[in-house]
Amino acid sequence: MGTYTLFVGQIFNGFSVASLFVLAALGLALSFGLMRVINMAHGEMLMLGGYLAYLTLLVVPGPLGILVAMPVAFVGAALVGAVIESTVIRRLSSRPLDTLLATWGVSLILQQAARNIFGAIGVGVTAPEWLNHSFRVETGLLAGLNLPATRIFILAVAIVVLAGLGLLMAKTRIGLLVRAVNQDRFMAGASGINVRQVDLAVFCLGAGIAGLAGVVLALLGPVTPNVGQTYIIPAFLVVILGGLGSLVGTTIASVMVGLFSALVQIFVDVSMSQVLLLLFVIAFIQFRPQGVIAVRSRALD
Amino acid sequence: MKPTQRPAAQLSIALLAATVLSSAAFAETVKVGVLQSLSGTMAISEVTVKNAEMMAIDEINAAGGVLGKQIEPIVEDGASDPAIFAQKATKLVQDNGVVTVFGGWTSASRKAMLPVFQKLKSLLWYPVQFEGNECSPAIMYSGAQPNQQIVPAYDWGKTKGYKSFFLVGSDYVFPRTANLILKKHIALDKLTMAGEEYVPLGGSDFSAVIAKIQAAKPDVIYSTLNGDSNVSFFKQMSAAGIKLPVMSFSIGEQEAQAMGASLVEGSYAGWNYFQSIDTPANKKFVADYQKKFGAGAAVTDPMVHGYVDVYAWKAAVEKAGSFDVDKVRKAAVGLELATPMGPVKFAPNQSLYQKAYVGELDSKGQFKILWESKDVIPPDPYDPVAFPGKKCEL
Repeated sequence: MGTYTLFVGQIFNGFSVASLFVLAALGLALSFGLMRVINMAHGEMLMLGGYLAYLTLLVVPGPLGILVAMPVAFVGAALVGAVIESTVIRRLSSRPLDTLLATWGVSLILQQAARNIFGAIGVGVTAPEWLNHSFRVETGLLAGLNLPATRIFILAVAIVVLAGLGLLMAKTRIGLLVRAVNQDRFMAGASGINVRQVDLAVFCLGAGIAGLAGVVLALLGPVTPNVGQTYIIPAFLVVILGGLGSLVGTTIASVMVGLFSALVQIFVDVSMSQVLLLLFVIAFIQFRPQGVIAVRSRALD
Repeated sequence: MKPTQRPAAQLSIALLAATVLSSAAFAETVKVGVLQSLSGTMAISEVTVKNAEMMAIDEINAAGGVLGKQIEPIVEDGASDPAIFAQKATKLVQDNGVVTVFGGWTSASRKAMLPVFQKLKSLLWYPVQFEGNECSPAIMYSGAQPNQQIVPAYDWGKTKGYKSFFLVGSDYVFPRTANLILKKHIALDKLTMAGEEYVPLGGSDFSAVIAKIQAAKPDVIYSTLNGDSNVSFFKQMSAAGIKLPVMSFSIGEQEAQAMGASLVEGSYAGWNYFQSIDTPANKKFVADYQKKFGAGAAVTDPMVHGYVDVYAWKAAVEKAGSFDVDKVRKAAVGLELATPMGPVKFAPNQSLYQKAYVGELDSKGQFKILWESKDVIPPDPYDPVAFPGKKCEL
């Protein structure tokens, strides 16, 4: 296995990590873009997805369990999102700092609930047999290159989610309403759009995507009460780097972060790569404070 | 005359007697501290150590106590936070007046408590394997020193014919020191260091580490990963189709069962005790513990060390005929103890002579014992290869 193979392998790993980040961050970008809400309980939607995958696999064991778990987790997390939106966030909509604290409280409550119901140790979700192999290149320039099926599957899920979201925003009536509210909430309301319903729908969508992300994360990592905390920080990093609230920006930023840390890790270990990643993000924000994509919205005026 | 005074006098004598009796009854107990994390990330591991320590205290009390006194345990929660460990240790010794404390798990918690026990001239019994490179009269180190766990597991690897070693660890003091020792030994033996990688504690992305393992093609991986990172590591290794042997120093019976035994089946671990050790003393201990805490309850190395610590303290107190800290720690040295992990004794450096084992995990999260040291190994806090010339003198 030559250095060339390691390099190509790390580019693949970079996209793989990016796909995890983008799935974890899309919901945050959606709710911030539309509602200016920083949802600290977003990580717990990931956690919820992981536990729903565990429960689904108890009911539907066998090779297709994980495919059943994805819609279950999407709907389950979206429903919990609906409850959070209508009981907490809606009531604090014009007070960003209060939503920050309140959703943090929700996050602690959900973590403790998971601890009480499932135990502090965490539960096991194992990848089905059809995902538990890898594609190897045996000869040629890239001999020794190894692409795990699980990571290819997660990349595919991320691409499907992004494409679906893009179509939803560009082509459907719901997308039109979301764009209208995003551009000018006040005028959209004045022209008869039910702004609150749009908020609710977008928040549920964001929570649902996080639930879905929780299922695929469970294939690569643990499902524990505090698993959401592991991903919330990189998710925020990606949202900030991408330009707060921009979906395209979030996607590009995920790829940047994923590739940067994967390529740096050829030379340094994981601990050091995180330090370098933070330095990179700080430097980037210095030169481009608005992030990758500047969001032009009257909501910021 | 004065018949009226008599009842009063009797009453006062009775009262006096009652006071003396009750204060005597009060003096019939001796307080000890039990200080583990009952909340936070470490609670998973430490609650069961507390259970084992409490079980030993209950057994001793049922058998008549120590020097005729019942042990009164005062349980405190270290909350997985070294600063709270130090604070609770101070409280136990100063406010509660305990004669000794059993507890601690992470090296950070031990390092935080060390100055407290030194300053207050008290004694801590520490039950977990650690990186060595420390020695203090204020601590009885019953967990393995590096030469009783890491080095024997490395020597076992050599006899298996492994020539190329890859080291993976969480990024904190124990893995860094353990790997420093391993590296020196690998260099001394002219074997190959295929790589050394660290992931932050709790880290979940092993894609680059696995790519480097695939590039380096080692014979074996020695892992000092701790906590949830182990789950990510084994899942991603399995996803990448890597079938290399892994030797872990932080996966016991309990962790294996929590991670899902199928995930870690076939991997190796080095410890000084396995639940599967086939001796009457151990079978009785495991049965007693499971009777108290549930039929499937796992028993691990640190739990047994916590249990042994309480008995070691009792034996030392009885030999010294006193609860005085200085007398107890001197009496503890050289005292032979029969325990579930076999015969052990404390060395003059206040660490434990004990056997080393290597086991392979089966499908139930139990270890099949592959190797055990011929005899107990004398503890050495300073590995002579990694830290030449350093000695522990108390």
